[in-house]
Amino acid sequence: MPYAWLGVVPFFLYAFAFLLLPAGQVLVGAFKDKDGAWSTANISTLFEQQYVDAFRNSIEISLVTAVLGGILGLCIAFAALADGTPRWIRPVLTTFSGVAANFGGIPLAFAFISTLGTIGVVTAFLRDQLGYNIYFHGFTLFSKTGIEIVYLYFQIPLMFLVIAPAIDGMKREWREASSNLGASSWQYWRHVGLPVLMPSLLGATILLFGNAFAAYATAYGLTGGGVALAPLKIGEVVSGNVLDNPHLGQALALGMFAVLAAAMLLYVPLQRRSARWMR
Amino acid sequence: MRRRFIAPSSLVWLVLAAAYFLIPLVATLLFSLRDSQTGTCCSLGAYGTIFDDPQFAKTLWLSFKLAVETVVISLVLFVPTVYWVHLKLPRLRPVIASLALLPFVVPPIVLVVGMLDVYGGWSPGWFYSTPQFLVAAYVVLAFPYVFFALDAGFRAIDVHTLTEASQSLGASWRTTLGRVIIPNVRTAALSGALLTLAIVMGEFTIASLAAFHTFPTYIQYVNQTQAYPAAALTLISFGITWFAMLGILVAGRRPGGRQMAMRGGG
Amino acid sequence: MAATVELRELRRTFGDVPALQGIDVSLAGGEFLSLLGPSGCGKTTALRLVAGFDRPDSGRVLVDGKDITSVRPSRRDMGMVFQAYSLFPNMTAAQNVEFGLRIRKHARAARAKRVRELLESVGLEQAGKRYPHQLSGGMQQRVALARALAIEPRVLLLDEPLSALDAKVRVQLREEIRRIQTQLGITTIYVTHDQEEALSVSDRVAVMHGGRIEQVGTPVEMYSAPATPFVAEFIGTMNRLEATVATDGGVDFGGRRIAVDAARSRTAGERVLVLVRPEVLDLEPFENGVEPTGGLVGEVVSQTFLGSVTRVKIDVGDGELTADVGTVRVESLPVGARVIATFPSSSARVLALADSVEHVS
Repeated sequence: MPYAWLGVVPFFLYAFAFLLLPAGQVLVGAFKDKDGAWSTANISTLFEQQYVDAFRNSIEISLVTAVLGGILGLCIAFAALADGTPRWIRPVLTTFSGVAANFGGIPLAFAFISTLGTIGVVTAFLRDQLGYNIYFHGFTLFSKTGIEIVYLYFQIPLMFLVIAPAIDGMKREWREASSNLGASSWQYWRHVGLPVLMPSLLGATILLFGNAFAAYATAYGLTGGGVALAPLKIGEVVSGNVLDNPHLGQALALGMFAVLAAAMLLYVPLQRRSARWMR
Repeated sequence: MRRRFIAPSSLVWLVLAAAYFLIPLVATLLFSLRDSQTGTCCSLGAYGTIFDDPQFAKTLWLSFKLAVETVVISLVLFVPTVYWVHLKLPRLRPVIASLALLPFVVPPIVLVVGMLDVYGGWSPGWFYSTPQFLVAAYVVLAFPYVFFALDAGFRAIDVHTLTEASQSLGASWRTTLGRVIIPNVRTAALSGALLTLAIVMGEFTIASLAAFHTFPTYIQYVNQTQAYPAAALTLISFGITWFAMLGILVAGRRPGGRQMAMRGGG
Repeated sequence: MAATVELRELRRTFGDVPALQGIDVSLAGGEFLSLLGPSGCGKTTALRLVAGFDRPDSGRVLVDGKDITSVRPSRRDMGMVFQAYSLFPNMTAAQNVEFGLRIRKHARAARAKRVRELLESVGLEQAGKRYPHQLSGGMQQRVALARALAIEPRVLLLDEPLSALDAKVRVQLREEIRRIQTQLGITTIYVTHDQEEALSVSDRVAVMHGGRIEQVGTPVEMYSAPATPFVAEFIGTMNRLEATVATDGGVDFGGRRIAVDAARSRTAGERVLVLVRPEVLDLEPFENGVEPTGGLVGEVVSQTFLGSVTRVKIDVGDGELTADVGTVRVESLPVGARVIATFPSSSARVLALADSVEHVS
């Protein structure tokens, strides 16, 4: 049935032209130097202190917001889906999570500047009403901690969106059967609940990790490069702020790609496992 | 056992969540209402500044246009493809689903580097130097969302039966696609479209690094120059995303869509 | 070991829907009682109250005479088999069966032995290491049964355990459930909407409708002596004739006098419902001119081949009769033929029409 394949040719052409080719270009270009010859010079540059720091910061922030966002998102999901919680909470939270998960970037950064920045509303409130100036106590929004606080704004909703269906997939019958057989709530979670949910939880956390790691706009809007992060470094190279060496940008992109690919390789089998149990 | 009232622990979590998510918005609102002279409440001056700025309308319109173009190209490209895969080439589905995970590994920051390099220097001006360049990238960004939405929509209807029924009644491929298939995946397509709208209207990374002036880059520019108008812009941007998500919620509630699929749109 | 169970005046309302309106029934030790009824009749609600997953608005559940209404489900010492999905997906069949024993901290060797015995008793010795998603529906329910029995419960509860299975598997499995239950002598409450299922395995059947128990009795009693029109309709097929009691121990129907022994105890002129099973009707072709006494005259409307028996529907003017006739005889009763239908006067039941406020369509 060769004709059948014609139907999907446009799609594959498009994917090749605008996804695979650019991605491939990045991977290949990382190994070239300014004159176009093969070289690992740019790769070695990656190991310079500033880039190592950038990657380390990125990974750190991503891990923190993935785990923290994961735990908080999970708790909120449980709260929203628990017995006794009014039914309308779920669609409201889902819609809001959709908004918040997409709201990242420049506007989010500014929203937090308005809140916790040096002249932010909450900062002013704490200082004027409660006499506690957070900036005097060492806090600043334009730091790794600040970025983490801001990132949580889209990490937590993303976790909620991903984990809520998984929680839905947990059959009421398991809980009841467990109770019927004599198990307490705690025993249920330990033997059945958490093990069943674990692949989804891990998968979601990895998703959050990748999401935070790849984020550019929010960090840029917040710190403008003040905190060294991998995506920001790429931005600097591409906009010509640093030496005019596009291949360095590609080497950095390759580094990011490597981290994300590793995350993806962990994610896929976990997804499959959780899908099988939820059937 | 079903409780009659919300559990206290649930309530605590939901209240804390509400606080964390609403306070920044409220703060931004208050910020946006500050009078530029006195630095305190309350004035709509910031909003006035924004609406008077020609760049606001210009970039907003551009971003919207780009979003629409992205949606159109995405749907034209993906709906037939997903339909075809479900109908004739089911083994290809995992391949495409894997491709749909690629943008996760090749995020905007990486994609823009690749695209600038591949298409710089030789591609025609109408592509490389105009915002249409962004559309090419945006379709890729939207691809996973649109694909999974459409995929779910197609899975919910019996593609084979509908197609065969339509053809046995004498319809051509175009008629089948246009009058039978598409009306039944309307909801899924709409969800994908609205998500794409939200993504494009908020996309900063590629636009900024490829040096185009879209709505998000305009917001960043204002961020760096005027504080109170920036807050106003932030809320406007939030409102746009909110509108898109509400649209998805409403579209998903319509009695049309999946429930009607079995009636064949009749 | 075999516990007695008593449900007293159980009531439960959800919002403004009264699911249970006062249920009273007792089970003797080792008895197998089915709660039978259509969807929405309250049978599952009642079962869940016994299991403890829900609290009644009023009324009590007693086991061996002790009130357990406020006891937590995990402490009731009952085994429950759900309709579907109840096996823990992250555990093998053996681990599922073992679960209750682990919670009770039985020794590992003792647990393993008991699991083996149970899996054997449900015919799944080889499947212990398989995960639920690798088992067929029927096998999953067997594991669920083994798991419920592992803890040696005082009472066994089954909530439509066979509804989600294929027809053939259903028949096979229900017999096994009954066999095991009889062997162990466990008091059992079985919820189902399938009357054939209930009649074939139970010691007693309780037919429920609209949150109430309409009748409790042995399967034979329920079939041959239904106490209400609903029960009569629900169990098997039943002919219903609205007639008037006549003065000489019979009824008047459509202008004809029919002998019905059960009408003798009723007052003449009373409107009653006469209930006759299809298999007791006898059909004879009716030659014009010869007016027989007794019996109903009508025209054959349809024939449905059911195997050894053919179901013949006859229009008798004021209603329609359904008769099950041996297929060999059916040639003389083609569609359109005039026939006369008779039945032994002792084989009909009579219920007061005032009782039959609800007509099951």
